[in-house]
Parts: sequence; structure tokens; C-alpha cells
Amino acid sequence: MKAVIMGCSRVGARLAEMLSEDGCQVTVLDIEANSFKRLSQNFNGTALLGNGLDEATLVRAGIETADAFVAVTQGDNRNIMASQIARHIFKVPRVVCRIYDPLRRDLYSELGLITISSTTVVANMVKNKLFV
Amino acid sequence: MYIIIVGGGRLGFKLAQSLLDKSHEVLVIDKRQELVDRIIAEMGSVAIVGDGCEGKILESAGARRADIFISLTSEDEDNLVSCQIAKHYFKIPRTIARVMDERNEMLFKALGIDIIINSTNIILEYIMHEMPSPPVMHLIQERDRGFEVVDITIPPSASVIGKGISELALPESAVIALIIRRGATPVLPREGVQFEEGDQVIAATSPENEPFLRAVFTGQ
Repeated sequence: MKAVIMGCSRVGARLAEMLSEDGCQVTVLDIEANSFKRLSQNFNGTALLGNGLDEATLVRAGIETADAFVAVTQGDNRNIMASQIARHIFKVPRVVCRIYDPLRRDLYSELGLITISSTTVVANMVKNKLFV
Repeated sequence: MYIIIVGGGRLGFKLAQSLLDKSHEVLVIDKRQELVDRIIAEMGSVAIVGDGCEGKILESAGARRADIFISLTSEDEDNLVSCQIAKHYFKIPRTIARVMDERNEMLFKALGIDIIINSTNIILEYIMHEMPSPPVMHLIQERDRGFEVVDITIPPSASVIGKGISELALPESAVIALIIRRGATPVLPREGVQFEEGDQVIAATSPENEPFLRAVFTGQ
């Protein structure tokens, strides 16, 4: 499987390593070169400096032949826009988008994106731990 | 009509003012307190501080009864998302987004934004319109003496390409003086010389016949 991850955040870097360990061909994108320091030395995918909202950069990252696209930058709107580019322009079969804002998460999952609101997910997990 | 504007910079400010003048109900949303204060000082309480992509802010702005939603920030992703929320969640019938990067225009269209405004292109078009219309340049204008000298560049696919001077139906007063060819010395328009794409034709003509002459060398 070939995956493009936009945003070498903590989640992005960790996910890149996990997929890469599973034998995926991974390209992780970020606009900050410093973010790539989060990747461990064992990561054997590609780290690419560039803006995931820019189609030329996405093409360089191999999005045209990717099986999956994941948007996990810190900006909800950036993630949403990039995911829609991946889905509607490049027809990537599987697109997952992190959206902090629960309302936006609900709206865009209605509009056909696979979305994860870490806010809701984590809040629920914490709540479950509180009332064990 | 009730119109919500996201982005209270120069453009949002002016737009709000014009719409209020036309008796519309207007609300401007901007993250920047100082811009909101400036609008309120000038126009009354028609602006709030907040993120135009936040459901709560839009709810409190009465987005459900808005007729038009306009997003004018300088970030394309913010304009896209706020318009999509306005359209799909609040069911606002008309959404207008500004786009900074023209490569995003197609995406915005495909994603259902009703009107997309590319301010750079609008300004560019306006300036180009004000330019003397290429491919004709006026070299000498002797209006008192009834003639001018022009420099006409033959565009690709002009019908004159491949023809000689005797095959052209030139206006009476026109004198074709010189052909300046790329990468070659200028030639006189003698018999046997054929016009090529990119040739600069230097010609004298009466001002009235100038459009006719232009048509001969640039028409398809």
C-alpha cells in the first residue's frame, strides 16, 4: 500500500512510522523542515518539504498512485481542503481527515469524508476512564 | 437582504459600507478585534469578533436566516470551509468566496461554491484593458497631416501568414514600409516576400483606416 500523510505532527510522524513498519510505502509532507525531526531513524519512507494544498506538491508526493491520504496538520481547514483535493481531484480511494472542531467533523462526514475529531475521541476516552 | 461577510479588512469594510448604503442588513465577522472596532465606530454594531468557520459564531450571527454569505479572508482554505459550512449546514442559498491562488478556482467550483472571485485576475484584466491594445503600437502620430505610423505584430494564425503584399486588400492610404523579422535584418515588402508569424509590419496609414489595416494583419 502507498500512503501520503500531510502534516508531520506527533500523530502524523507516529502514523508514518507505524505504516512504514507494516511495509507501506509512506510519504510524509510538512511545510516545516523541523517537523521531520519527530521521525525516528528507523523510518524508511520519504519526508517531503512542501504544502499539501498545492497540487504540484501532492503530485511529487505520489498522490496520483496513492491508495490512502491522511491530513493531520494542526489546521482544520487545511486538513479539510487537502482531503477534498485528494478525494475529488486525485480520486484517492481512502482519505482520512482529522478535524478538531466537532461541528465541522459532523458536516464533512456527511459530505463524504472519513473524519476523526480528536477532541471528541479523547474527551470520550477520558470520560470512560473516569467512570470505570 | 441579510448578508454575512467573513473578513473585515479593506475589502470587507468597503463592501459592508456599500451594502448598508443600499439598505441591506449586514454583519461582518473577523478574528481581529481592532478591525471589528473600526467597523463598529464607523457603521454601528454590524461586526463581531470571531472565527467565521466556527458553527457557534455563525449560529449566533443568525446564519440560518442569511440570504448571502461572502468569505473574503486572505486564506483560501478558510474561505472554502466557511462557505461550505454556510451552504451545507446553515443552508444559505448563495455563497461567494474569494480565492487568492487561482489554481484553487476549479476546486472551489467543483465543491459547489456559487461565485468565486479572484481579485488578482480582476485587477489584471482591468490593467490589461487600459493598455494600448496589442499587437498594434503607434510610433508616430501626425493627426494634423492626416497620417500615423504604426507597428503591427502578426499574431499566430493570422490569415495574412504566407501571403505576399500584392495578395492583400489594403486600404488606399496605407503604405507598408518595412517588415522587421525576428532574428533577421529588416526587409522591404517586395514582391515575393511572404508575411510570417511574429513579423513586425511598419506602416503609415490615415487614422480612419488604421482599424482596417490592423484587421488585415491581425485578422484570422
